[in-house]
Amino acid sequence: MGESAYSFSLTTFSPSGKLVQIEYALNAVSQGATSLGIKAKNGVVLATEKKTPSPLVDESTVQKIVNITDNIGFVYSGMGGDFRVLVRRARRTAQAYYDVYKEAIPVSQLVREVAAVMQEFTQSGGVRPFGVSLLVAGNDGLGHGPQLYQVDPSGTYFAWKASAIGKNMVNAKAFLEKRYDASVELDDAVHTALLTLKEGFDGELTKEKVEVAVVGDDGQFTVLSQDRVQDYLAETD
Amino acid sequence: MSYNGGAVIAMTGKECVAIACDLRLGIQNQTIATDYRKVFRVHDKLFVGLSGLATDMQTLSQRFAFRHNLYKLREERNMKPTTFANLVSHMLYERRFGPYYAEPVIAGLDENNQPYITGMDLIGAMAPASDFVVAGSSSESLFGVCESFWKPDMDAETLFETLGQCILTGVNRDCLAGWGAAIYIITPTGITAKTLKGRQD
Repeated sequence: MGESAYSFSLTTFSPSGKLVQIEYALNAVSQGATSLGIKAKNGVVLATEKKTPSPLVDESTVQKIVNITDNIGFVYSGMGGDFRVLVRRARRTAQAYYDVYKEAIPVSQLVREVAAVMQEFTQSGGVRPFGVSLLVAGNDGLGHGPQLYQVDPSGTYFAWKASAIGKNMVNAKAFLEKRYDASVELDDAVHTALLTLKEGFDGELTKEKVEVAVVGDDGQFTVLSQDRVQDYLAETD
Repeated sequence: MSYNGGAVIAMTGKECVAIACDLRLGIQNQTIATDYRKVFRVHDKLFVGLSGLATDMQTLSQRFAFRHNLYKLREERNMKPTTFANLVSHMLYERRFGPYYAEPVIAGLDENNQPYITGMDLIGAMAPASDFVVAGSSSESLFGVCESFWKPDMDAETLFETLGQCILTGVNRDCLAGWGAAIYIITPTGITAKTLKGRQD
């Protein structure tokens, strides 16, 4: 049995008011590879460590940052399989919204819908909470500018100026707090993102071991090619 | 579509738009009410007019209000005219094989105060227009007068006069519509609602 008397059911509160299964889900997240997001003046950058269980794995086939719509993307820390479930649901939600209104879903609405799914999995029978935290970056052109959200397994979400999740989140957040500047350009934010990842990375951070995506004023969420990541990496040295 | 009778028109002007309906409600040739409005406010810059079967018009106007209220709570903003038109179209096509017997006319000002009007058939096929849109049992005669009287870039006052003349003249050739008209003029600064008297037969 689990580490607590109340781990038999995820929907039962412990006497102290905790749902221990959600805490375990957060533990799963904090064991995952570090991911971070930074909001700049004219866009948002998402970056994540891409670590593979063995050097034999072909890194070029691993994709941890994905598009949900043209202008919104997700990155995660935690369990890859759980992430794909959320991605599928989010893409469906975004298309369903477009189907009704013939208008791209606003970032805030997509985040709310995904958070609602994650909440549902903390209260339903026969399921467990998602072992992932998400960073959502987007720019919907509705006058809110670029946006960055973090969504946790409990279904809570917040908008952030910069945030980090996963194994090295505490150090990365401390680093970001010192470095953060709301007035920086997107290019500089990419540098900050790579520097932050570098801080907590054991070994050398190469273009194969990191994934970076940006969404700028053009409202296009793009995962950067390895060549472009290499250019940014060279500039941070 | 001509069980209860009725007429709706929308017309564009320069940074203004107007929508009007007649006031008759009938059951075939028998007049039941003479104060039956067929235009509904969605928000201060967006109206929808409905013609067709009165029971379906009521249900639809309630469902539109419901959907817009939910949208406002969720997104903390009003729907744009185009967004609302797509929603209406979607709601009607959902009932493709058992449709609501109603033809909506949507009129509103967008975020730049440019007029937007569109008509739709009962299964939601949109027909956006830059001049005017007509619907209801008098649509043929309304088309005629609107084609004669509409001019581009009318101001709010001229638009009211034109639309008023059009709907009164149009419904006079239709025994299922008439008994005066209600007109709503939508401008960036506010709505003007007026009721016109027409032939009492």
